[in-house]
Amino acid sequence: MLTLLLILLPIVAGVITLLVGANLAKQVALVGALAELGLALFVWSQFDPAAGVQFGFKYHWLASAGISFAGGLDGISLVLVLLTAFLTPLIILSTFNHTYKNSAAFYSLILFMSAALVGVFTATDAFLFYLFFEAALIPVYFLAAVWGGENRLKVTFKFFIYTMFGSLFMLVALIYLYYQTPGTHTSEITAFYNLQLTAKAQGFIFWAFFVAFAIKMPLFPFHTWQPDTYTEAPTPATMLLSGIMLKMGVYGLIRLLLPIVPLGLQSYGMLAVILSVIGIIYGSIIAIQQRDMKRLIAYSSFAHVGLMAAGVFAASTNGLQGAMIQMLAHGINVVGLFFVIDIILSRTKTRSLDQLGGITQVAPQLSVYFLIILLGSVALPLTNGFVGEFLLLSSVFAFNGWLGAIAGLTIILGSVYMLRLFQMSMFGPKSKWVEGFQDLTFSEKAVLLPLVIMVLWIGIYPNTFLSISEPAVNNLLQFVGK
Amino acid sequence: MYPIVLLSVLGIVTLFLGFSKSKNILLPAVLLFLAIALAGNFFEWNKGPLLYFYDMFRVDNLTLAFNGIILASAFMIVAISGGFQDNAEAEPAEYYALMLFSLVGAIMMVGFEHLIMLFIGVEILSVAMYVLTGSNKRNLRSNEAALKYFLMGAFATGIMLFGMTLLYGATGSFELNDIQAFVSTTQQAAPSYILYAGLLLLLIGMLFKVSAAPFHFWTPDVYEGAPTIFTTFMSTIVKTAGFAALYRLLSHSFTGVYGFWWLVIAVIAILTLLVGNIGATTQNSFKRMMAYSGISHAGYLLIALTALSKPTQNAIVFYSLAYSLSTIAAFGILMLVSKQRTFEGQPDERYDAFNGLAKENPFLAFVLTVAMLSLAGIPLTAGFWGKFMVFSSAAERGIIWVPAIAVLMSTVGIYYYFRVIIASYLKEGDIAEIRVAPFYKIVLILATVLTIVFGLAPGLLEGIF
Repeated sequence: MLTLLLILLPIVAGVITLLVGANLAKQVALVGALAELGLALFVWSQFDPAAGVQFGFKYHWLASAGISFAGGLDGISLVLVLLTAFLTPLIILSTFNHTYKNSAAFYSLILFMSAALVGVFTATDAFLFYLFFEAALIPVYFLAAVWGGENRLKVTFKFFIYTMFGSLFMLVALIYLYYQTPGTHTSEITAFYNLQLTAKAQGFIFWAFFVAFAIKMPLFPFHTWQPDTYTEAPTPATMLLSGIMLKMGVYGLIRLLLPIVPLGLQSYGMLAVILSVIGIIYGSIIAIQQRDMKRLIAYSSFAHVGLMAAGVFAASTNGLQGAMIQMLAHGINVVGLFFVIDIILSRTKTRSLDQLGGITQVAPQLSVYFLIILLGSVALPLTNGFVGEFLLLSSVFAFNGWLGAIAGLTIILGSVYMLRLFQMSMFGPKSKWVEGFQDLTFSEKAVLLPLVIMVLWIGIYPNTFLSISEPAVNNLLQFVGK
Repeated sequence: MYPIVLLSVLGIVTLFLGFSKSKNILLPAVLLFLAIALAGNFFEWNKGPLLYFYDMFRVDNLTLAFNGIILASAFMIVAISGGFQDNAEAEPAEYYALMLFSLVGAIMMVGFEHLIMLFIGVEILSVAMYVLTGSNKRNLRSNEAALKYFLMGAFATGIMLFGMTLLYGATGSFELNDIQAFVSTTQQAAPSYILYAGLLLLLIGMLFKVSAAPFHFWTPDVYEGAPTIFTTFMSTIVKTAGFAALYRLLSHSFTGVYGFWWLVIAVIAILTLLVGNIGATTQNSFKRMMAYSGISHAGYLLIALTALSKPTQNAIVFYSLAYSLSTIAAFGILMLVSKQRTFEGQPDERYDAFNGLAKENPFLAFVLTVAMLSLAGIPLTAGFWGKFMVFSSAAERGIIWVPAIAVLMSTVGIYYYFRVIIASYLKEGDIAEIRVAPFYKIVLILATVLTIVFGLAPGLLEGIF
C-alpha cells in the first residue's frame, strides 16, 4: 500500500498545483515534493533489506489476461525511489529565482514526472513497468518543448520519437514473454525470470531490451538526441532527464535484461560492454572539446552512464552494486552541476567557457559548493563518485582486463574535462561578464547544501546505501547465473 | 434486429420532418431517433444468439457491441453536425435520412449470417455514402470525390459479388454455417480451388471498403473532398462495420482454411501499414493525413484479423471504439478550426490551421492532444490498449514479425500525430476564441473522457460479450 501511496502522492500534489494557479504553484509543488520525500524516508525506516519485495499492492487490471496493476519495493527499487524523492524537491527549489510563464502547468508536470518515475522503479508487473516507462516521457517532453530554448521544437521532437521508438521494441518483447509464461499467462516480472527460453529467442529479446534502454540512458551509438535535448531543455527538465530519467534505462537493464535473458547476455554481453566502453571514451573526448558548459556536462553524463552500463553488463555483485551507488551519486552530482551552471547563466547570461573566468573572486561560496560537487563527479576518494567508479571499474576489469584498462581512462579524462571546466569558469582573470556577480542566495544554498552533504555522506560511508540494495542484487544475480 | 426496423422507419420519418418549416426540430429529433435505436439495440443484450429473417441475420452480444459502437458514433457525429445551420445550401433532412439508412446497412454487415445479407448491407451503406460524399454540390472536389468513390466502389462491389457466386458454386450455399461445414469437411478432403478464388475475391471487395492497401487509392481524395462531417462518418462507421463483417466472415466460416488466407491478410496488413504511415508523413493537409492515418489503422486491425486468436475479438471491438472516439474528436476540432481561416479560397485544413490553438482555446487544444495521443497509441489512452491487444493477438498466435514491423510503423505515426500537437501548443498563430455550442462541447468532452477512462481501465469492456 505504501508503494501505491508513493506513486499517488505526487499525482495528487500535481493536480492541486494545477488548481491553485500561478501564484502559489511553486510553494504548493515544493510542499508536495517534500511530503513525498517524507513518505519515502518513512518507507526507508520501515524497510527490511533482506525481506525481498515489500509494501506491495496488486489490483486486477485486465483480469482475463492476467495483467495486474501491481507494484512493490525491493532494495534496488528503494534506492532509486529515494533518489527521485530526494531530487524532486531540490529541482523545484532550484527554480525559485525564475519565473516561468504558466507556472502551474510547469510545476504540475514536474510532479507528474516524478510520479511516473516512482512508478517505473516500483512496478512489479511488466506491462505496468512499460506504461510508466512511456508515461514518464510525456511530462518531460512538454517541459522541454514548451519552456525550452530556441531550437526546442526540432530537438525535443527528435528526442520523443527516438525514445518512443526504442521502448516499442520492448513492448513487443514483453508481449512475447507474456505468451511464453505457462498456464493462463501472467505478466509478473518475476515470472519472466523463470522462463526457459531458447538461446535464439533470448538473443532477439536481448536486443529489443538493449535498444529500449540504451536509447533512454543513452549508450553509444544511440546518444545523438541527448546533448541537444539537455542543452535546449529548461534546466529543471535537464535535471529530471539526467538526474533521474536516465536511471530508468539502467534500472531496466538490471530489472529486466539481466535476469530474463542470461543466455542472450552470454552471447552479446561482450559486445554490449564494448559499446559502453566506446561511449565512455567517446563522451569524455567530446566533453574535453566543449565550450558550452551545459553541453560539457551533457557529454560527461553520457560518459558516466556508459561506465554504469558496462558494470551492469559485467553482471557481478560489484558491477551491480557499483551501478546502484553510482546512479545515486551521478544523480546528485549532475543535478548539482546543472544547477551551478544555471546560477552562472542567470547572472552572466552566458554559458560559454571562453567568456567566463574569475568567478572565485566574486563568489567564494559558490566556488566551494561547485568544487565539492565537481570533485564528486571526478571521483576523488571520499566523495560519492569514487565508490561507484571503483566498484564499476573493478567489475569491468574482472570481466575483461583490456576493457577494464580502457574504461579506467575515464578517471583521467574525467578530471581533464571537469577541472578544465572549473579552471576556465572560476579561475583566471575576472571576465567582463562576471562584473557585479552576486554570491549565493538563501534558496540557492538550500539546494546546494543537501547535495553537498550527500556527496560527502556517500563518499565517506557508502554502506548506508549499499546495504539497502545488496540482498536484492544478490537475489537477482542468481537468475543470471542459471 | 430492432435498430434495423427502427432506423428504417425513423429514416422515413426524418424525410417527412424535412417538410416542416422549422429546421430547429430536426436535429433533436434525429438525436432522439438514434437514442431510441441505441436503446433498442441493447434491448436484446444477453438474450442471444437469436436469428432473424429466415436465419439470415444473427443477434448476439458481439453484434450488439459493434452496433453499439456504430450507433454511438453516429449519435456523436450527428450531434456535432449542428443541424447544418451555417450552410444555406444544405438539405439537412436528406442528409440525416441518408445517415440513418446507411446505419441500417452497417448493422446488416455486422450481423449477417448469409452472404446476400452482407451484400445488401454493403450496398445500402455504400450508396448512401456515395451521395453524402458528393453532398457539397457546388464544390468540385466534393463532386470529384463522389464520382471517384462511386466508380471504384461499384467496381469493388462487383468483385465481391463475383467472389460470393464462386463461393456458392463451390459450397452450394450462401449460409455462413453451410460454408463453415463445407470448409471443415469436404474442403479438407478435396481442396476446391474455386472456394479459394471466391474467398480471395470476396476479401478484395471487403478490403476495399475498409481502405486496405493496395485497394486504398480512393481514400485520401474521397476523405479530403467529402464534407468533413461525412468524412468522420465514413472513417468511423464504415470502418467499424467493415471490420465487424470481415471478422464474422473469417472467424465463422473460414477458420478451416486459415493456412490459406492468413498470410494474404498478413501481407496486406503490412502493406497497409507502410502505405498509411509513410503516406501520412508527406501530407500538409490535416484532413489528408487523417485519411492516411485511417489507412494505417486499418492495417493494425488487419493484424488482429491475421492472428484470429483468442484476444482478436476483444482487440477489434476495443480498437474500433478507441479509433472512433479519437477520430470523431479530431475531425470535430478540425471543423471548428478550419472555419476560422481560409487557404486558397477553401477552409484551411492544413496543419498550419492549428497554429497557436492552445493560446485562446486551451480546451480544444487539450481534446485534440488526447485524440492524437490515442491515435498514436501513447500509454494512458485507449489507443494504447487497442494496439496492445492487437499485438497480443498476433503474439498469441506466435506471429512476431508482423507486430515488429507494426511497431516501427507506429513510431512513424508518432511523427505525424505530434505535428498537430506541436502546431497547436508550440507554434505561433492567431486563432481567436472559438465559440463552441453546448452539444458540440459535450461530444468532445465525452470522447476525451472515454479515451482516458479506457486508457486507465481497459478492463471495463472485458468479458461482456
